Amino acid sequence: MKNNLVPLVVLAVLAGLPLLGLNSYVMHILILSIMWTLAGMAWNLLGGYCGQVSFGHAAFFGMGAYSAGLIHLHLGLSPWWGFLVSLPLVALVALAMGSVVLRLRGPYFVLATLAIGEVLRITCENLTDFTKGTLGIMITRTWVEKTQYYYIILGLALLGFMVCRAIVHSRWGYYFVAIREDQDAAESMGIDTTRYKTIALTVSAMLTGLAGAFYTNYMGYIDPGVVFSLGEISILIIMVVMVGGVATQWGPALGAGIMVILAEYIRSLPLIGVAYQTMFGVLLIVIIIYLPNGLVGDWPVLRRKLLRRGATA
Amino acid sequence: MWVQAEVFLQTLVAGILLGGLYALIGIGMTLILGVMKIINLTHGQLMMVAMYIAFWLFTLFGIDPYVSLLIAPPLMFAFGMLIQKALVNPVLRVESILPHNQVILTVGIGLVLQNVATILFTSDYRSTPVDYASTAFYLSDLWAGTPVEISLSLPWAVSFLLSVVITVLLWFFLAHTDTGKSIRATAQDKDAALIMGVNVGLMRVITFGLGSALVACAGCLFIPIYYLFPALGSQFTLIAFVITILGGLGSTLGAILGGLILGVFESMTATYVGMGWAPVGRFVIFVAALVFLPGGVASLLKTRKLSK
Repeated sequence: MKNNLVPLVVLAVLAGLPLLGLNSYVMHILILSIMWTLAGMAWNLLGGYCGQVSFGHAAFFGMGAYSAGLIHLHLGLSPWWGFLVSLPLVALVALAMGSVVLRLRGPYFVLATLAIGEVLRITCENLTDFTKGTLGIMITRTWVEKTQYYYIILGLALLGFMVCRAIVHSRWGYYFVAIREDQDAAESMGIDTTRYKTIALTVSAMLTGLAGAFYTNYMGYIDPGVVFSLGEISILIIMVVMVGGVATQWGPALGAGIMVILAEYIRSLPLIGVAYQTMFGVLLIVIIIYLPNGLVGDWPVLRRKLLRRGATA
Repeated sequence: MWVQAEVFLQTLVAGILLGGLYALIGIGMTLILGVMKIINLTHGQLMMVAMYIAFWLFTLFGIDPYVSLLIAPPLMFAFGMLIQKALVNPVLRVESILPHNQVILTVGIGLVLQNVATILFTSDYRSTPVDYASTAFYLSDLWAGTPVEISLSLPWAVSFLLSVVITVLLWFFLAHTDTGKSIRATAQDKDAALIMGVNVGLMRVITFGLGSALVACAGCLFIPIYYLFPALGSQFTLIAFVITILGGLGSTLGAILGGLILGVFESMTATYVGMGWAPVGRFVIFVAALVFLPGGVASLLKTRKLSK
């Protein structure tokens, strides 16, 4: 029971937050942080535990976002149905992609993920009749208030958290880590590596798609340049995990909070605001060189360093 | 009938010319991949930087982009060595869970380069309006009675020829100089090379520099016929790795063939499907290569050699 205590406390605190009557800007930050936490946890399952680094999670995020947008545009359904529509769609694409690319070792997967995000963006931009191209899709938001959105994304993130936690502690989770550490050894132990890598990819993609579908409902406007963006989505998801902690339970949540607040803060600075991507890039480089396992992952190292400095001073 | 043949041939010529330039981009990437075993996802961004160097040399001092070939590549050579020494090498020494940290690092570098370029030079489209830009040769000038008319733009032709010259020079360097041989040895087997007395660390630094210089050459050759904007880099990074996969990882000859195939294929997609679809055509080729020919063109060449 002790293991479940921390998540329950965190959940209770998060569920209680809107009751404090926070202003809508703070709520906005919280909602975005939780949304990125969901995407980060999804990426972490594939990248952190299974060791398959994806540079194209924007593809799944964008597909989720566009499922919600397109059913509204063409079928007149509420964009909330996008959650249901996105799941099989994203799963199908992920399965197809996995069966082609994950058979191979080496850099193929990295490259394929990078390509699929870009290709979907270009396809969306070109299919102007179907997706309205670069004009994007506008929907009417259901609520003006943020509270309802907050609870919905919190519920989704909780779902994501539980799915990831269940998988990581199950036989699948151990398979994933085995594959990350040594594929040959994993295979010689009888693990069908292609199959389990594909499973990791599919689950990860579906959760990311949910975050995307939520994005459409929450923001009310999507266009290919944003939801399929390499810099704004794919890299941001990686940064959320890298900053927080690769292959850790709480890393994505911490990373998402830091990244969202940092992005908002840097963008609000008068002169440096335009350079926020430079800041992100520099941060990424610094993290990789000095804290390659993220704040949570390298916490023991970090604490030792800080303590030593405190002792000498 | 003749009109269709004309369109087809013209597309083919354009594709081959484009492919020659693509090959240069691909060779740089494949060299780095061969020696470092990492994908350099900032390759296109390096080309973008070189193109800005050529652009400003032209705009401020009136230096012809082809003359910049003597200026931009050496600068980028130094820049590439700096990246390898200051950023990639430290990451190689760090213990981490993820094996792909160096790749993520190159993405970070690319992000910085692109954003800095946007801040310094704005995201306006730029070009170098050289006075020979619209000069062209026509087949009918040579052969008056030709049934099909094919035109050949002067800057495209010059760029193509120069890229062939650079490729030949590179081949000579890799095949006949000590440094070149050491680089190839490092790519083949790093540990064996080390035992044979090759300074592997130095070769890595030189290779990254060389790859950057090659893509800088491609940038200088591209700018008279293309336009320039800060986000152009990511597009060329994609092109570079499609070529690398198509050619076979780490194979120079494969990269040349891969570049030509991609150039022709893209040119065909642009003519017969639509301009905007060329990047999707790129992806189709990429997936086809992954499914049917994961070793790339290089694996075909190898089986040929073995069966002989």
